[in-house]
Amino acid sequence: MSDAQMPTAAEIAADVRTGATTAIDVVERHLALIASSDTEIHAFHTVAEEAARSAAAGVDEAVAAGRDPGPLAGVPVAIKDNMCTRGIPTTCSSKILENWVPPYDATVVTRLREAGAIVIGKTNLDEFAMGSSTENSAFGPTRNPVDPTRVPGGSSGGSAAAVAAGFAPLSLGSDTGGSIRQPAALCGVVGMKPTYGSVSRYGLVAFASSLDQIGPFSTSVAESALAFDVLAGPDGRDSTSIPQPHQPVLPVLGEGVEGLRIGIINELSGRAGGDIAEGFESEVVAQAEAAADALTAAGAKVDEVSIPSAVAGLSAYYMIAPAEASSNLARYDGVRYGLRHDGPNTASMMAASRTAGFGDEVKRRIMVGTYALSAGYYDAFYGKAQRIRTLMITEFDKVYEDFDLLLSPTSPCVAFPFGAKADPITMYYNDVCTIPSNLTGHPAISVPFGTGEAGLPVGVQILGPMLAEGAIYRAAEVLEQAAAKLAGASANEGGQ
Amino acid sequence: MASREPLTRQDVTDVAELALLNLSDDDLDRYTGQLDAVFDLASKLDQFDVSEVPPTSHPFGLVNVFRADSPPSSVGIDGTDDNVRQEALASGPDVEDNQFKVPPALGESP
Amino acid sequence: MSTQSETSTQTDTEPFEESVLPEGWELVVGLEVHAELATETKMFSPAKNEFGGEPNTNIHPVCLGLPGTLPVVNKKAVELSIRVGLALGCTIQRCIWARKNYFYPDMPKDYQISQYDQPLNVDGRLDLPSGSSVGIERAHMEEDTGKSTHIGTSGRIHDAGYSLVDYNRAGVPLIEIVSRPDIRGPEQAKEYVDELRSILVTIGASDGKMEEGSLRVDANVSVRPVGSDELRTRCEVKNVNSLRSLGRAITYEAQRHVDLYNAGDSPRLETRHWDEEDGRTRSGRSKEDAEDYRYFADPDLVPIEPSKEWIDEIRAALPALPRDRRNALLARNADPHAAAMAVARDLDRLALDAIDAGADVDSVLKHVANNLAVDGAETLDPAAFAELVKMETGGALTATQAKQVLAEMVEKGGEPARIAQSHGFEAMDTGELESLVDQVIADNPEEWERFVGGDDKARQKMQGFFTGQIMKATKGQADGKIVNQLLMAKAKS
Ligand SMILES: [Mg+2]
Ligand SMILES: [Zn+2]
Repeated sequence: MSDAQMPTAAEIAADVRTGATTAIDVVERHLALIASSDTEIHAFHTVAEEAARSAAAGVDEAVAAGRDPGPLAGVPVAIKDNMCTRGIPTTCSSKILENWVPPYDATVVTRLREAGAIVIGKTNLDEFAMGSSTENSAFGPTRNPVDPTRVPGGSSGGSAAAVAAGFAPLSLGSDTGGSIRQPAALCGVVGMKPTYGSVSRYGLVAFASSLDQIGPFSTSVAESALAFDVLAGPDGRDSTSIPQPHQPVLPVLGEGVEGLRIGIINELSGRAGGDIAEGFESEVVAQAEAAADALTAAGAKVDEVSIPSAVAGLSAYYMIAPAEASSNLARYDGVRYGLRHDGPNTASMMAASRTAGFGDEVKRRIMVGTYALSAGYYDAFYGKAQRIRTLMITEFDKVYEDFDLLLSPTSPCVAFPFGAKADPITMYYNDVCTIPSNLTGHPAISVPFGTGEAGLPVGVQILGPMLAEGAIYRAAEVLEQAAAKLAGASANEGGQ
Repeated sequence: MASREPLTRQDVTDVAELALLNLSDDDLDRYTGQLDAVFDLASKLDQFDVSEVPPTSHPFGLVNVFRADSPPSSVGIDGTDDNVRQEALASGPDVEDNQFKVPPALGESP
Repeated sequence: MSTQSETSTQTDTEPFEESVLPEGWELVVGLEVHAELATETKMFSPAKNEFGGEPNTNIHPVCLGLPGTLPVVNKKAVELSIRVGLALGCTIQRCIWARKNYFYPDMPKDYQISQYDQPLNVDGRLDLPSGSSVGIERAHMEEDTGKSTHIGTSGRIHDAGYSLVDYNRAGVPLIEIVSRPDIRGPEQAKEYVDELRSILVTIGASDGKMEEGSLRVDANVSVRPVGSDELRTRCEVKNVNSLRSLGRAITYEAQRHVDLYNAGDSPRLETRHWDEEDGRTRSGRSKEDAEDYRYFADPDLVPIEPSKEWIDEIRAALPALPRDRRNALLARNADPHAAAMAVARDLDRLALDAIDAGADVDSVLKHVANNLAVDGAETLDPAAFAELVKMETGGALTATQAKQVLAEMVEKGGEPARIAQSHGFEAMDTGELESLVDQVIADNPEEWERFVGGDDKARQKMQGFFTGQIMKATKGQADGKIVNQLLMAKAKS
């Protein structure tokens, strides 16, 4: 799939605002590509053709009337199907919500519309965002556009694939334990998980409320920053939204990393005592080290750093996230919306509906979470995990006294074939590098950096302290440029 | 570092009942092993002594977030009033007299 | 008709009205009162907090628990809850929200947002008019559930064909006030709820309407041998919809416990429902297979840390509490019952002003209790009211006349003297009255003999006879009190 033929979000917005092109043309072009290619990829559950056309007409009218249509004028955006869109089905890839049409828009959707963006469709995900491969979708998996025999990662696999395939220059994902960054890495695009609370969660169907954050996918760092500035900012409908006004990140792009102190996290970088750690692919480890070299070359001071509690992230996460999920998913009971299977009394009706409506992984996590919260086990599991979380925050904050940013691979491996990780625990290890930022609430980005096994994309993760998105984007841009240069050099070596 | 008792079928049966999920015998076998593996993963937390560490339930130390006691002023953006009512009722699996219809609370045992 | 869970070992006694426990047993009661807070909108959602709308009209995505929605705390609800805490002398503390997880069709999220181990208000006390005091363990905030209507042959939950759910009430802000098990009798329980209700209404926290369900009471009942300080197995009695039922339910349930112990058995920890018609409690859900609520801090909400300034501001704006209002009357030597009545009628301000204008305390409160339970009483001019009382106590008006004048003052306003005059009420000259009394005595010598020489019973009877005769002769214009004084004086001389 060539994305060279599709313009970037910035180009579209500029052309639509100057009248060089129309939003409706942009939309038709993307709809055509989706129509021809999404049967294979299955990035979308719903392509919102009519809604997209009428929104595009609205943008074009605004331009014609001399009104400012906004910084994302006419830009098609694909929305992960766990964010509410009024009048457009929102399924969470679950049979339990198969036919549910929300009567309201998520705050991010409202912000995108107000910025002139066009909601082009709703993308596939692991059911209720629980998974790392998009194989746990009740409506079939998404294929990785780079290699359709492999998974796109997850849980925001549809959104990552939609951008990688050129179906939309921007898409939204949600990241609870790596669900934006890991599929971004596996599909070779940019994926950003903002500081917890900087983007409103209102309208994002909750998986684990204290970990969930919405962020953008894009093909470039600059487009990611453009989208982030539209999405971020306080929202009175989300009590956990940061009340201070958002500091735009676009203005700091291009400032480079000269003088920044960057640490490679030993525990998350796949080298244990010099050897490649279990589960990490050697090419992935090597690319993260090459990325460190590139940052050094650009003027950053790079050092190794140890964060002992980082290894506990996976264990803490697999208590906290299921616990919150077990409560968040209780409302799917067949009474007010969604699937109903009848029974002779309320409880049996609810149980029948939930049993028929939820898939295997969702049931597994609901049961883990129920157990972790139940009387007699709370302290040993959920309570303990919440304390580990405090420990991690303390250790990361301490490290951030000496470092501006941290670095690690995004995922220990490149995109894997369908069915390769059938065992749940093996699948969970995919998130080992990404989970710590969700537990601490810190921002992190995944940037494509070179390739690994079978020439598949590798992602490098840059992490920062609270609200350090500006510095993160600066470093991400440096890596993006370095990666392009390295790719060009190796292409030349290849004699082309 | 106390060693953990493995999860039993009975544990999984109890938890499924609390979560309102019906499990077949096969389900029970499969889930018992899988859930036990997750709690094995969790027991890695035992290598950290956090007895003196307070729990974190929210990564950003916000307090006192309130809204004013007034109904929404704009109709539509939230889908207030009749819109919500109609759309919400339209989503109901079984609706009678503008109310959500459910089987009786008690009845034959499940 | 008995439910399956009521086994033969549970001896249910016959229903009966208020009674005390058999000798040797003591009642131990703690009350949980849920009061709906008087806000415009719901606890976490901008939908209206309003009683009695058409089904599912006061709803919004948030209080319907639609996927993706998030709660945001209504500041007014917190302020009203702090008022309650202050009125009950509680410590107001940093608090967090907790989810109480259980499946229930009336509860849209299948968890209730409540407070658990860190509630807003703790450790208070409620002083009752009759002098006792009940400890308050906590007063926490939570959200209400919706309402099911059971459609079936009898309308009762047990034989419902199906239920219809209305979410108008779902998410209405509640304060749950939990007392310590300090209550020792049904009358004290009723007094506690009555006083609590009056406080809630006075401070504007709730409308306190038990009949509309905005005030709901659950009673934790147990018994123990007198002299013991143990806490035995309690049963939580629900579905108590009036003060009268509360007293009956507690008495019934306590007697049931005594009967079980006397039979060598003991009650089980369970929830029981009061059946108003049958006058008995019925077993509900057993707490042995009770639900495990899996409380945990709600990750969608952040803690509340009420600042000292905020609390002080709320305290400063609190109106006088019923207890303080009663005390103001007691400080003027009022009878405690009469003072409580005046406060209950919300006429204590009028009474105080009249007393402070020189009117007699007892006479003022007598009118408040007997003659002012009418609309418009609160508009009475305290100065004019005081004047009326003074006319009466000074002998210018009889009690009957004073009552008539007062009624007209409430209805039309005006000066008591002028009203009395317009009715032709003129106090009799004492000299004139005395000669009339002499005349009546002279006309009834035998009766007078019996009055002077008889025993207490006869004297009482004859006093009535003479008063009647004199009233008849004066056409009701004589002051009964003065007539009696004259009769007594003449009998002694
Ligand atoms: Mg209670
Ligand atoms: Zn309660």
